[in-house]
Amino acid sequence: MEVDQVKRKFLKYVLGGSLTALAAMILYPIIAYLKPPKTKSAEVSSVKIGKVNEIPNDSSIMFRFGTKPGILVKTQSGEFRAFEATCTHLDCTVQFKQDIGVIWCACHNGKFDLNGRNISGPPPRPLTPYKVIIQGEDIFVSKIL
Amino acid sequence: MKKNYWKMFYNWFDERIQFEDIIQFAAKKYVPVHSHSIWYYFGGITLFLFIIQVVTGIMLLLYYKGSEDLAFESIQYIMTEVQFGWLIRSVHSWSANLMMLAAFIHMFSVYFTRAYRKPREITWITGMLMLFLAMGFGFSGYLLPWNELAFFATKVGTDIAGVIPVIGKPMLEFLRGGEDVTGATLSRFFGFHVAVMPAIFTVLLGIHLILVQRQGMSEPIGYENKPVTEKKTMPFFPNFLLRDLLFWLVVLNIVALLAVLFPWELGVKADPFAPAPAGIKPEWYFMFMFQTLKYIPAHILFMDGEVLGILLFSAAGLLWTSVPFWDRKTLRGEKTRFINYLGIFALVYIILLTVLGYLE
Repeated sequence: MEVDQVKRKFLKYVLGGSLTALAAMILYPIIAYLKPPKTKSAEVSSVKIGKVNEIPNDSSIMFRFGTKPGILVKTQSGEFRAFEATCTHLDCTVQFKQDIGVIWCACHNGKFDLNGRNISGPPPRPLTPYKVIIQGEDIFVSKIL
Repeated sequence: MKKNYWKMFYNWFDERIQFEDIIQFAAKKYVPVHSHSIWYYFGGITLFLFIIQVVTGIMLLLYYKGSEDLAFESIQYIMTEVQFGWLIRSVHSWSANLMMLAAFIHMFSVYFTRAYRKPREITWITGMLMLFLAMGFGFSGYLLPWNELAFFATKVGTDIAGVIPVIGKPMLEFLRGGEDVTGATLSRFFGFHVAVMPAIFTVLLGIHLILVQRQGMSEPIGYENKPVTEKKTMPFFPNFLLRDLLFWLVVLNIVALLAVLFPWELGVKADPFAPAPAGIKPEWYFMFMFQTLKYIPAHILFMDGEVLGILLFSAAGLLWTSVPFWDRKTLRGEKTRFINYLGIFALVYIILLTVLGYLE
């Protein structure tokens, strides 16, 4: 009787172990397959957006920074401010609202002032600022490291 | 403690679903044991391969792009960039071929053992329809990589549909999404392959499996009338089921070996303005029809040879599918050699023409 119990236990472990190994062998490639490969997008450090006199005061333009959207605002006094245009609340893309002079997110009525600070609505953090560099007539935007 | 949780879990569901009937059913289910019992496994094997097709097919959908410009590239991406992408695609292709083979074996074994006879006519018809659909799956899936072979296979295949009198031309345009094989054809075949046909197939499969469960396994004609004392049976659960699973494991290993040792080729991207490559062949399960069409002379009496061939194959398919209705002798429980001869003829014909097709 004693031996039978040992045998039974042994077989249980062998069978259980084999089934576990089989399941792992099938699941590993499946899980690895589901993980999307990294998209090879060149890391962007700065982009040229346009020329200084092409953009009127108190207006904005949207631009592409790598894979992300960016927003460049020219204030009433002619200063340039640039931010990552992704709202810090839930990833919507913000816009410059000229009539109230703020950067506004249409999704949940989030508002940011022209320094990127979250001033009303649900956004928890300020917008991520970019550095604006003026070289001659050209406007460049780069990441703040 | 552990046992208790399991029991609670089980009870919760049992109170809502009432497993009793199912357990009763499974406990009372017996599978006949006789010299032809081996054929009982092939339906299950076909089902298992179909399950593999569903799983790997959905996985391929995650990365596949069904358009003229991107289809080939997206499969290239799957084969080279995605982890184990080559494996998933190869399994999908190999398992498709093995599924066709298993389905043919299943169909012929049912035919020769007369398992289609009353009351299993509906099971037979749904099975035949699934076999035709499986061929459709193979044909439509073949185009999706948008490579040279696929492109010309689709041209030839849809052209064959086009020669059928009266309905041929509209059918050709329906299949191709226009006059020629283009990106529109690819979009259609993609839609058929992943949406239309799976939907129809699922319904047929449901009917097929429910009927098999309700009616049990058919017994061969000579065996059926034996006294109960001479009949051997095996409990379905767990004895037959475990044997089923063992076969599935063997099949899984065959699929894995084939996929690993012979990864499916992608070939060259289709160019609609390039000539067809030499030695172009259809998939093996279409070969016997393809080869027949080659042998038929261009004109027979007042008809085009091709048209006659296609009509003959259609008629043969219809006759085969309706065998439970005209095989009166079997229905009366008498032995009929004619059915055997017809089956052997079909089998030999298919094998012979397939071999000839590959020898050429």
